[in-house]
Amino acid sequence: MPDAGELELSRRDLLIGGAASAAVTAVPAAEAQTMPLVTEDQPSMMAVSFEVNGRAQQLELDTRTTLLDALREHLHLTGSKKGCDHGQCGACTVIVDGRRINSCLSLAVMHQGDRITTIEGLGTPDKLHPMQAAFVKHDGYQCGYCTPGQICSAVAVLDEIKAGIPSHVTQDLDGKPQASNLEVRERMSGNICRCGAYSNIAEAIAEVAAGRKKA
Amino acid sequence: MKFDTPAGTNPIDQLKVIGKPTDRIDGPLKTTGRAPYAYERHDVAPNAAYGYVVGAAIAKGRIKSMDLRDAKAAPGVLAIVTAENAGKLGKGSMNTAKLLGGPDIEHYHQAVAVVVAETFEQARAAAQLVRVDYVRAQGRFDLAEEAKRAPLDGENSGEGSAAPPIDRTGNFEGAFKAAPVTLDATYTTPDHSHAMMEPHATIAAWDGEKVTLWTSNQMIAWGKNEVAKTLGISKENVRLDSPYVGGGFGGKLFLRADALMAALGARAAGRPVKVTLQRPLIANNTTHRPATIQRIRLGATPDGRLTAIAHESTSGDLPGGGPETAVSQTRLLYAGENRLTAMRLAVLDLPEGNAMRAPGEAPGMMALEVAMDEMAEKLGMDPVEFRIVNDTQVDPEKPERKYSQRQLNECLRIGAERFGWARRNPKSGQVRNGRWLVGMGVAAGFRNNLLMKSAARVRLDGRGVVTVETDMTDIGTGSYTILAQTAAEMMGVPLDRVVVRLGDSDMPVSAGSGGQWGANNSTAGVYAACVKLREQVAVKLGFNSADAAFADGEVRSGNRHAKLADAAKGSELVAEDSIEYGDLGKKYQQSTFAGHFVEAAVDSFTGEIRVRRMLAVCAAGRILNPKSARSQVIGGMTMGLGAALMEELAVDKRFGFFVNHDLAGYEVPVHADIPHQEVIFLDEVDPVSSPMKAKGVGELGICGVGGAVANAIYNATGVRVRDYPITLDKHLARLPAIA
Amino acid sequence: MKPFTYERVNSPGQAAQAAARTPGSKFIAGGTNLLDLMKLQIEAPRHLIDVNDLGLDKIEKTGDGGLRIGALVSNTDLAADKRVRKDYAVLSRALLAGASGQLRNKATTAGNLLQRTRCPYFYDTNQPCNKRSPGSGCAAIGGYSRQLAVIGSSDACIATHPSDMAVAMRVLDATVETVNPAGATRGIPIAQFHRLPGDTPHLDTVLGRGELITAVTLPKPIGGQHFYHKTRDRASYAFALVSVAAVIQKDGSGRVAIGGVAHKPWRVEAAEANMKQGAKAVTGTLLAGARPTQDNSFKLPLVERTLASVMHEARG
Repeated sequence: MPDAGELELSRRDLLIGGAASAAVTAVPAAEAQTMPLVTEDQPSMMAVSFEVNGRAQQLELDTRTTLLDALREHLHLTGSKKGCDHGQCGACTVIVDGRRINSCLSLAVMHQGDRITTIEGLGTPDKLHPMQAAFVKHDGYQCGYCTPGQICSAVAVLDEIKAGIPSHVTQDLDGKPQASNLEVRERMSGNICRCGAYSNIAEAIAEVAAGRKKA
Repeated sequence: MKFDTPAGTNPIDQLKVIGKPTDRIDGPLKTTGRAPYAYERHDVAPNAAYGYVVGAAIAKGRIKSMDLRDAKAAPGVLAIVTAENAGKLGKGSMNTAKLLGGPDIEHYHQAVAVVVAETFEQARAAAQLVRVDYVRAQGRFDLAEEAKRAPLDGENSGEGSAAPPIDRTGNFEGAFKAAPVTLDATYTTPDHSHAMMEPHATIAAWDGEKVTLWTSNQMIAWGKNEVAKTLGISKENVRLDSPYVGGGFGGKLFLRADALMAALGARAAGRPVKVTLQRPLIANNTTHRPATIQRIRLGATPDGRLTAIAHESTSGDLPGGGPETAVSQTRLLYAGENRLTAMRLAVLDLPEGNAMRAPGEAPGMMALEVAMDEMAEKLGMDPVEFRIVNDTQVDPEKPERKYSQRQLNECLRIGAERFGWARRNPKSGQVRNGRWLVGMGVAAGFRNNLLMKSAARVRLDGRGVVTVETDMTDIGTGSYTILAQTAAEMMGVPLDRVVVRLGDSDMPVSAGSGGQWGANNSTAGVYAACVKLREQVAVKLGFNSADAAFADGEVRSGNRHAKLADAAKGSELVAEDSIEYGDLGKKYQQSTFAGHFVEAAVDSFTGEIRVRRMLAVCAAGRILNPKSARSQVIGGMTMGLGAALMEELAVDKRFGFFVNHDLAGYEVPVHADIPHQEVIFLDEVDPVSSPMKAKGVGELGICGVGGAVANAIYNATGVRVRDYPITLDKHLARLPAIA
Repeated sequence: MKPFTYERVNSPGQAAQAAARTPGSKFIAGGTNLLDLMKLQIEAPRHLIDVNDLGLDKIEKTGDGGLRIGALVSNTDLAADKRVRKDYAVLSRALLAGASGQLRNKATTAGNLLQRTRCPYFYDTNQPCNKRSPGSGCAAIGGYSRQLAVIGSSDACIATHPSDMAVAMRVLDATVETVNPAGATRGIPIAQFHRLPGDTPHLDTVLGRGELITAVTLPKPIGGQHFYHKTRDRASYAFALVSVAAVIQKDGSGRVAIGGVAHKPWRVEAAEANMKQGAKAVTGTLLAGARPTQDNSFKLPLVERTLASVMHEARG
């Protein structure tokens, strides 16, 4: 391969000639869009069936459809949110076969036969899940957009602690993790809340964790 | 209702509903995923097609040619709109750059096309097939470089933060020269991204000449005007509906590309179209808080009285844009006879700078409050005491203007006591806790209170249900709940008898959400409408409205009482009014105050910084709902911590764009960064602000807190970092040597 | 994202054959990085082979007292495995320092090894990037490079490998087991699994076309105290500025591998001879020949200080 610097210089000279561009060592590809013309293939469609909040669902989907878009756009379960679509925010968190995942980074067709729980499956406005009620009581949200993901994550976090799964802040890897403030905050860190309700969310989760302990 | 004299006693003072920590009435919907956000309105547009926005690949230049053949031929594609086929478009008066670029490109990721297809997957794939040939032009991307020739420029942020190009009181230069103790330091803050969790999103549908936008917008009436102006249609033909907004922080104050591209796409496709800005596009496509370079000079007597204060700030923006008003608070916050503020504006070809939570004060206080800390140390004074000594109860530039309320000293004193400030070692770099260096920092918080006209309509039906309608938005602020509380208090009904409808431009025009003006003004608008409704009810039930009391679902006077619902038995009663302000805002300086206290720990090995405790003591008028107000403050504290420790849009100065343009690259605080946060509200009512006697708190929390974090880090390490964010690399080399 | 066809396979052999049969195909397991990249059309497979049903989700003892980790064991399950927590704690710690709980539930052992760089220029398809588009240039050089490599980089690429898990595996001398479409198996020492960029930065690993990872094996436990210190600005859910994986024995000897500094987990066995002399002595050899940029030269003292912190902890 030719030296990258030389290659770039020649390309730049060729493409933009005298156009001023101070001190660039490389040139964005956008300047040289000479891709061949292609005709795009038709979408590949596939049937998939899974259970969402206890109800069997059968869908015929473009293979490209994420689980998140299947829920939001096809099943109209819009409680799961699309904050980034790249696994960087956690707003799309749902529980699949007992484990929380980012539904934006999972293809719907890969969930054949799975049991999926979304925020809509945890409780309803008239009959809130204890975690939902605790979020209301502690004002563990503001704009509400990250909230379903936070709540799904919180429910799963308490299960993970109960199952003895350690975290980054677990001091003793051989011990049994507790739902301490530090543990909960570390485990919830995949759910970003830009409104900054973290302190209240931690209190909501602590209340549910304490209640669960007693039970 | 005109508000031009300070409020006397009124029904709000009963405080049966107002002032109580109240769960949000929209909480059950939000926590169960039933609150519908813009992109989720399957109910109103079941057959919406999907639009996907193509952003410009260069920062400055022009489009030489666009090849849409492959994209048009792709499966499912219904339409592609570019500047070439969009028809004549205007530009909103609040937009600096055009929302649809081409042939000229003004900034990176400026929208150049929207591809509309049957499905999201098809639209996204086809958007990749749009081929654009650009000609790149020389751009200006380096603030430090352009600052050298930046001219003076004044600005009013429109959010209570303003300064002229240059502003002098007394003789700064003389006083600074003569001062026995001086400080001259320069601070920088980087570009910040709002990074609200809900991306900008809109569903647009045309019905003949009329377009409806289900969108995510903080300022409905502004948006309606701007849509009309940009599309060249009459305002009457535009409707916006935005009942739930997934965060804004100033990023959704204006019409943005999602709404325009959805409207254009829907017109071209002949059916409703939904568009969300994909996350990697948002940082460069939309607005951001501009970076600043701030020089602060302070002069004081040995006993700590400020005699000279100068604050100069330089920021950049696209041609036609404005400066970040980072010096605004320095005109007001501390006493001192000789003062100078100045702002300079460089022309940059980076994306558009604009308002982000507390524009002006947020970055300005990050510099000023560190300068105050540095000066206190030079004076050998406690930084709490130094601020208290320099308190002023009047506008220092116009001493005849008093503050309507100013309890900054109380905030600082109470905060110091609650936080255990006395335990702070005034000498920095002394306290160790295992591997950690530990320190405490303080800063004042300051943000103005703004008065804006705000209207509402209130209905009473035969079941005694009160319905509030206004185009006010709830962007997480708690508007639904405080408006319901206001109506409940005024009409004497329990909270669950009030329904609140927000965000529809067909409803009366409110103050909207921005500049922490939403709560006080929009509730005052509902107050005004309720006063009218009470008069109607009194007439209907045969009471003298002046002495009728509304309580427990009844209207009472002397020993007569009647059911409120009976007033609307035959037909619904409807009242509409607005709050409008006289010159109390001019006569009095209206501001909100806080004392921010922070404890930070710095890993003596790695330099990693973790905040351990945070406290804000706030004085902000009557607190309408202490529960949601507290949330507003901790939210500001969290965003301020982000600005202090990690947030920075990294500029590629060669190609002119923000490189870390997603939520993995642009780090904002996560749960693990945020300890338990304490907020204390001082008991305060401000009869000068409105009949509600309230002020804003939505931005107070972010103002100053970054400075408190910085000061805590300095107290821990003894290393002063003046360039935000304070990341470990900036103090690593100066930390104590490792064993 | 381009349209693609999708199939599920039931055995490693089937998977490899499917890959050989269908040009432009890719294996998918957790998908947490692949889908991310497909959405940006940085990866554009025309056929996806879902390998989740291959039964490679077990952790078993090996004959020589080590551990064999199935390619599909999730990051969560691997970190939580009792034997890993007890005997290979550095691996648990590294896994738990990475990503988020949601991502660790989906991400697999093999997928973690194969994740691609997080260089922001690689992620922005408007920018030249030799890794994404060979021969187009490297925008990161001379650009924003705070997160990027300080050692082992080339004039064509300064990307880092983002994995935490792989750094721990490097310190544990793991072996990557694979099968190719012809059915041949091989074990690749982790040291040789990831490549340095050289002038072919588009190749992250030494895997051949259609070659499938079936397992990662760990040699028998080596005792000692296990550490993984990930140094970062944000307290969680962030890639490392630098990370140190270390196993330190009672006498002060031990092993060290570094993350966040190179195109692969960085370990120089010769440097470990200096363990007893302290962090400075180790990093002097470990980072010899480093070529940091102006943005990331702080990583050199940071490695030393992070290692010093770990050594300090080891001394108790």
